[in-house]
Amino acid sequence: MIVLDVIIAGLLTGGIYALLAAGFSLQYGVSRVLNVSHGEFIMLGAMASYSLYIPFGINPLVSLAIVGPIFFIIGSLINKILFERIRRLAGSMEVFEGWSILVSFGLLFIIQNIALLAWGADERGYTFLAIPINLLGAIFPANRLVALLLAVVIGLSFFFFLVHTRLGKAIRAAAQEETGAQLIGINIHWMHGLCFGFGALLAGLAGVLISTMFTFSPFMGLPYTIIAIIVVVLGGLGNIIGSLVGGLILGLISSIVLHIEPGLELAVLYMLFMLMLLVRPKGIFGK
Amino acid sequence: MRICEGEGVTKHFGGLAAVVNVDFHINQGEIVGLIGPNGAGKTTFFNLISGALATTAGVIRFKGENITGLKPHQICKRRVARTFQSVKVFSNMTALENVLLGSLFGASIGTCMPDANAEAMELLEFVGLSAKKGNLAKDLTIANQKRVEVARALATKPELLLLDEVMAGLNPTEVVQVIELIKKIRDKGITVFMIEHVMKAIMEISDRIIVLHHGEKIAEGPPEEIATSQEVIKVYLGK
Amino acid sequence: MHIIRANQKRFFQLLFLIFILIILVIIPGYVPVYYVSLLLSIFKYTVLTVSWATFCGPTGYISLASAAFLGTGMYVTALIGEKVPLPLVVLFGGLASFLLALLVGLASLRIRGIFFAIFTLGLSEGLRHFINWWEISRVGRQGRWVISAPNTTIFYTMLIILVMTVLASYLIRRSKFGLALRGIGEEEEAANHIGINVNAVKAITFAVTSFWIGATGAIIVTQWSYVDTATAFDVSYSFTPTLMALFGGIGQIYGWVLGSVVFTIITELLLIFPYYYMLIFGSIIISVFLFFPSGLVGVVQKWWKGGLVE
Repeated sequence: MIVLDVIIAGLLTGGIYALLAAGFSLQYGVSRVLNVSHGEFIMLGAMASYSLYIPFGINPLVSLAIVGPIFFIIGSLINKILFERIRRLAGSMEVFEGWSILVSFGLLFIIQNIALLAWGADERGYTFLAIPINLLGAIFPANRLVALLLAVVIGLSFFFFLVHTRLGKAIRAAAQEETGAQLIGINIHWMHGLCFGFGALLAGLAGVLISTMFTFSPFMGLPYTIIAIIVVVLGGLGNIIGSLVGGLILGLISSIVLHIEPGLELAVLYMLFMLMLLVRPKGIFGK
Repeated sequence: MRICEGEGVTKHFGGLAAVVNVDFHINQGEIVGLIGPNGAGKTTFFNLISGALATTAGVIRFKGENITGLKPHQICKRRVARTFQSVKVFSNMTALENVLLGSLFGASIGTCMPDANAEAMELLEFVGLSAKKGNLAKDLTIANQKRVEVARALATKPELLLLDEVMAGLNPTEVVQVIELIKKIRDKGITVFMIEHVMKAIMEISDRIIVLHHGEKIAEGPPEEIATSQEVIKVYLGK
Repeated sequence: MHIIRANQKRFFQLLFLIFILIILVIIPGYVPVYYVSLLLSIFKYTVLTVSWATFCGPTGYISLASAAFLGTGMYVTALIGEKVPLPLVVLFGGLASFLLALLVGLASLRIRGIFFAIFTLGLSEGLRHFINWWEISRVGRQGRWVISAPNTTIFYTMLIILVMTVLASYLIRRSKFGLALRGIGEEEEAANHIGINVNAVKAITFAVTSFWIGATGAIIVTQWSYVDTATAFDVSYSFTPTLMALFGGIGQIYGWVLGSVVFTIITELLLIFPYYYMLIFGSIIISVFLFFPSGLVGVVQKWWKGGLVE
């Protein structure tokens, strides 16, 4: 049945979108950096997965465990060396937010260039679990289902972490109201580093998963960043759980549009995004 | 003559009733005080008159014209000006530039630069800030920033001036200076409607006082009456 | 004494500018084509930067819509270039951007800070995707042929646009609207209450400054005989004006001009390193924020003051 096809495809896409957006949401929500280079971390994750799989035969699922911690460290370092200093120089939060968009744009260029030097400009891919699986009458490659499963596992773990652990609650508090969070003893600088690092980690994981399903190149980053921005705005800037849900919704919409008028998905997403900003900037779940 | 009046003025924020069914009038040339415990809806009420917020219900008229629902810049052009509870001077502009903007865009749109400049200087003189005209607003003391705000509001040639807690944060000497300034403003023919917490001051200069509590008008009358009203005393001391 | 000094200073500044203008007018006859096209590039980025900064500087908004306006101008030429004389095409390119900016401004300028930035980014990218989709699925091709114009025409048209942009910017800044823009940037609510129709002032200024960007797009596209959405709405055009203005120093017109000139020359020079170009470019961007937050103007001023003290 076509409807089921579209819905399942939508959920598969949405799961990835949710993962993309979660990391981005952490970085903006807590560290207040609108990280235009988020997509580049996704790209690096994809490239890393490739470089571990093809020459060394390391299973991408294992790469997840390698990429995660490394990207966390890289993210925390970037925050410490770059954004903390700019935070001090900027003076006000508004100015900092503006400057950090531009700084992350610079980061985008640097990371892309490094990737071009390391891997070359060609589009590449690899096959992993390309076995077709019949799901309720529709055929999907196994890698997509595995990716969705993992995205769900990661997403749910993240969700539970945010809701049920002390640290998770502290992060949500910091995302909602930084001053208030500081007043109840949360070390906000440490939190900035943690969340930026986490964001990079999630981006890397998303990149690994994406590389199992699609082709990728050093130029793949920006479109994913834009999707992350759209999801986060729709879900509510700063509302991390909102971006998980927003990702799923957008995946579904994207799938539906793809079915009706291919090529227009991104334009439709942009339209919804701009409409949301005009009508309800705080997003569906924003406070 | 009633320069400003309203009936049934109401403002709801979602479930919260901030201003409830207030009837009021201000006579030309009066100094009217607006008092009430914190959260009584006084600034919201000012916001409704100045157009910063839209009313949920009710009507507000200025010099007979219905001004409900007009935008702030339109109400300013009709000669109603205001100051703000948390001072909103243009921080990185000089005191002169602050007042100059008022002269340039206030009631008379066609004012040219030299005339506006002259007006602005006069007004700085009027509020006692000529010496500070070249200073950036953010470098001024609170008392002086408030003076700049008043001068800027006066630059728009208002017939009605709304002062929102203009004495907040001032020491007793500064309060006395502001009282004198308000009297000078009234002598220029401008009607004053002011929110204040400094009781002594407002009792001293008001011709009439309106009391709000939980968004409702609970009393209205000359200062002596309000000072001895059981209702008012209960509201301030009872809770 | 001071008044005479100030007038003298102003007189010499004007003389200096006229001198530069004369050089620019006669230069195409005397230097190799490479330098002429470098100058063209500088003109283009200076118009973008000055237009951007005239509105965004005092108000503190960050508009990432420059690519949308530039691309609109380019596509106007692509669409009507064959049927309409060139001067009109340039005018229409500007007008199309003006209208787009007016619409966008009226709709979105009440959105604060970062939301406005990503809204305008969404506009630029969304327009790119939409036109791309339209071209491919409705018209059946990805790009369009564009009329060509002789290089001298392009050069002098750009020069005229540049002069008018800088002039317009200067006049706006010195007028009461310039002052109003600063007030709006400081305290929008207070500005509303002293009689400034904030929404109108913002939208109109935004639209007027975008006119020049559209006109630039309309003429600049005649250099190449072909245009597609990737070149017209290149996202770099959205970020570079902001970077150049900040690089030069956000407070002064000469800072914006200085920033775009120096930045453009640096990026030209970087083309010597085709493999490291983006790396160096990105590093420069980051260095600006880490070490020179008040831009070149700040550096020059410090150096100037330092010299005087000695």
